[in-house]
Amino acid sequence: MGLARRLYRGEIDVDFVGKWRLWYSLSGALLLVSILGLLINGLNLGVEFRGGTVFSFKTSQNLTVEQIREDIREEGVHQVIVQSAGDGWRVTTETLEEDFRAEVQSAIAKDFNVPVGDVSVQAIGATWGGEVSQKAWIGLGVFMLAIILYLSMAFEPKMALGAIVALFHDLVITAGIYAWSGFEVTPATLLGFLTILGYSLYDAVVVFDMIKEVTAKLGHTSKMTYSMAANNALNHTLIRSLNTSLVAILPVAAILFIGTTLLGAGTLKDLSLALFVGMVVGTYSSLCVATPLLVTLKEREPKYQAIAKRLASTKGSGKGAKGGPKSAAVAKG
Amino acid sequence: MARPTSRHSRPGRTLLVLLALILAMGATMLLQKAFTPKLGLDLAGGTTVTLSPVTLNNASPPEEILDRAVNIIRDRVNGTGISDAEVAKSGDNIIISIPGVGQSEAIKLVATTAELRFRQVLAMEATQIPQDLATNAPSPSAAPSATGTGTPSARQSAQPSSSRSAGPAPSASPTGKALSSALTAPTPSASAPADPSATQSSQGQNDQGAKRGQGKATPSASPSQQASTPPAQEQNPGVNPEGIDPAVLAQFNKLNCADPANRGQGVQDDPNKQYAGCEADGSYKYVLDVAKVVGTDIDTASAGIRQGTTEWVVQLDFKSKGAGAWADLTQKAYNSQEPRNKVAVVLDGVVITAPNIISPIPGGRAEITGGFDQLSATTLADQLKYGALPLKFNRSSIDTVSSTLGQDQLKGGLIAGLIGLVLVVIYSLLYYRGLGIVAVLSLVVATIITYCSVVVLGHNANFRLSLPHIIGLVVSIGITADSFIVYFERIRDEMKEGHRTLRAAVEVAWVRARRTILIADAVMFIAAIVLYFLAVGGVAGFAFAMGLTTLIDVVVVFLFTKPFIALLARLKFFAKGHPLSGLDAERMSDASGSARPTTPQEA
Repeated sequence: MGLARRLYRGEIDVDFVGKWRLWYSLSGALLLVSILGLLINGLNLGVEFRGGTVFSFKTSQNLTVEQIREDIREEGVHQVIVQSAGDGWRVTTETLEEDFRAEVQSAIAKDFNVPVGDVSVQAIGATWGGEVSQKAWIGLGVFMLAIILYLSMAFEPKMALGAIVALFHDLVITAGIYAWSGFEVTPATLLGFLTILGYSLYDAVVVFDMIKEVTAKLGHTSKMTYSMAANNALNHTLIRSLNTSLVAILPVAAILFIGTTLLGAGTLKDLSLALFVGMVVGTYSSLCVATPLLVTLKEREPKYQAIAKRLASTKGSGKGAKGGPKSAAVAKG
Repeated sequence: MARPTSRHSRPGRTLLVLLALILAMGATMLLQKAFTPKLGLDLAGGTTVTLSPVTLNNASPPEEILDRAVNIIRDRVNGTGISDAEVAKSGDNIIISIPGVGQSEAIKLVATTAELRFRQVLAMEATQIPQDLATNAPSPSAAPSATGTGTPSARQSAQPSSSRSAGPAPSASPTGKALSSALTAPTPSASAPADPSATQSSQGQNDQGAKRGQGKATPSASPSQQASTPPAQEQNPGVNPEGIDPAVLAQFNKLNCADPANRGQGVQDDPNKQYAGCEADGSYKYVLDVAKVVGTDIDTASAGIRQGTTEWVVQLDFKSKGAGAWADLTQKAYNSQEPRNKVAVVLDGVVITAPNIISPIPGGRAEITGGFDQLSATTLADQLKYGALPLKFNRSSIDTVSSTLGQDQLKGGLIAGLIGLVLVVIYSLLYYRGLGIVAVLSLVVATIITYCSVVVLGHNANFRLSLPHIIGLVVSIGITADSFIVYFERIRDEMKEGHRTLRAAVEVAWVRARRTILIADAVMFIAAIVLYFLAVGGVAGFAFAMGLTTLIDVVVVFLFTKPFIALLARLKFFAKGHPLSGLDAERMSDASGSARPTTPQEA
């Protein structure tokens, strides 16, 4: 039976938990590469963090980047970065004084035949982005605290820990992708990052909910170790996880598409790019990081160690049997 | 919210509740004739200025000071005549939104720290102030004793800080109450006639009938009664038209400072012209000379306690250029007759204080004394330092969006939302087939409720749809979709595992799915709340949209998806597991095919 068909019927049984070594090394490698990227390349911070002035306008004239750059340089502006999207243009310059800014604005309007009112100007102080990112960090901290509390109450502390670690994982890897690719980081990107956290947790929460339900039945006589049960639960919700992620990514992909083709650089693109990258990483992590981590933590508990020991000596039977020996390894790990 | 119990749910009734909810919103929209959302400036075009407070050590400024700044800026914006502008606090920042394009002048004015002007008083007159305020005015004994003495009681005086002993000489002032209103009440009564009735005719001013009547009723006014209406009883003694621009004098005569709306808060007075203005609390009106010294001449100002006393004073240091002008100004005032011996400090068009000049003040240092307490002294020092705004602000971002660009972005956002919706719909129909219809309708219902909410919020809570909102709304299509995916998968699980009828499965699955959906939505909601309260600029809008749609998601799942599926489960098409229903036997069967697929029976 084809994978698609099996997926459709919900008949897949992937040993996510048993392959923990693979996931851990994969994630470890990704984290390492990401951190290296952040150290070597750093993030390409947008004008919001450096401070500067951005002029945006649309014109039906056929212009080249060079033409616009030269034209604005002639006004006496030094750093000119020109970006285009369709017939829209975005020109980033250094911080300009108020009067000078108005001068450049009217020069653009005159030279490219655009009504002055249609030239948008964005002046950003250098402290602005710093403030945004400071708030973002505070937001991150408060969010994590709130979530740890909430998940500890709704589920249990170990699940909260698993979810938070997976979340950090997503964050670092997404940042790493930004570092290596050189995508611009703007406040909208930070916004995207913060949203990823919500999604990443959302996914983990649904999986954990199922794991909690399944493992609640485990007792002295049960035929499944915690890892087997967790893996079962994971497979149970796999279709849902994949469907959810796909359904969530579709609109984001639409924004990304519109943002890049129609509007060019701007809030839409920055946000959706971060979301897109983060969601893909988040889907992976909730399956392959959060749950294996939870299992690693849980299998240390005497109760589940006893089950694992007993099942390792006798031959496991039943649905989760084939995951048995591998899962036992998790307990040691 | 309806909480159907497992077996005896009443799907029809729940759906009616939803219908009522939507109709109520629709009716609200109809009644208010509001059918489109209000658009934020990034979509409608306009300018957004973000002011960030500059503080030492980056600490957050106190809430009340920020509020004061917001109020002052709001006054100024309104003073410029721009309609529909908004001044709002966002965290420590103040965000000014001005619709329309080409408002750069207004922005410059609004966001600039107002300049202070030092103007010599040319004439002044007390306002007929309401009774309750009058009791705060000079104490009873003041009126008689001050008659004709001509000695300034110097509750307020500017003087060189060096000649400490000379300054507070008349500090035996009978009116030395440490009331903040004392700040604004110099020594008008010094020349006030003792007979209150004498002033009645001369002062033919309006709307003082009631008080006048009272005054007349007691012609043999005792000092204490006099005092209750003291500063009013002035025989226009200060108005000596000499050297006053007739136009300004006319303005002065018309000025009624009793009405707070007339006090000119937010007006930018031209430093090169004479000016007629009110005291901040409306107790006096003044004709003021051109500004000889302005705020930029001040180096620094501070509040402190004068050495060896417990008296709060405000110290001023002038820059070198300002020091000379200040010396000239005080010399001139010193040589003038009452009330021209006063120098008024004008801020945002309003006289904040008008101390007497007791001696010429050379050397670039000055001290304002009289009736201050710590708060009033600090406030005045701050005003002198920063202008009217109690804080220094940085314009951390100015964003001018042309309406065409805004329209483009709105279009882009809507197209993206539409594409996203269509993709989700296609996917749901392909994957869930018959159930996909439930998914699609759930999305439609969610869209309708969202649209209505945005419109109703726009017209009742001034909620303005901005680009971050739209992104937030589009992104939450995924959240809404996830809820019914969770539910569908649970139904399919139930069908696979137990030998349940579809109707039973729908109910049992709901109990479990409900828990998951609520927990997951709670996570999103926590995220939204945290983002909203810690956010800067667009982040708050995005978070708001996310929180709103999370709530709407709960409403839709509880009031629509669940009852609708319960209704569908009664249909043969679904109950019998038609291949197109999404609940067909093939999908429900085990991998091995050994377990008999449960063909759901109609209950």
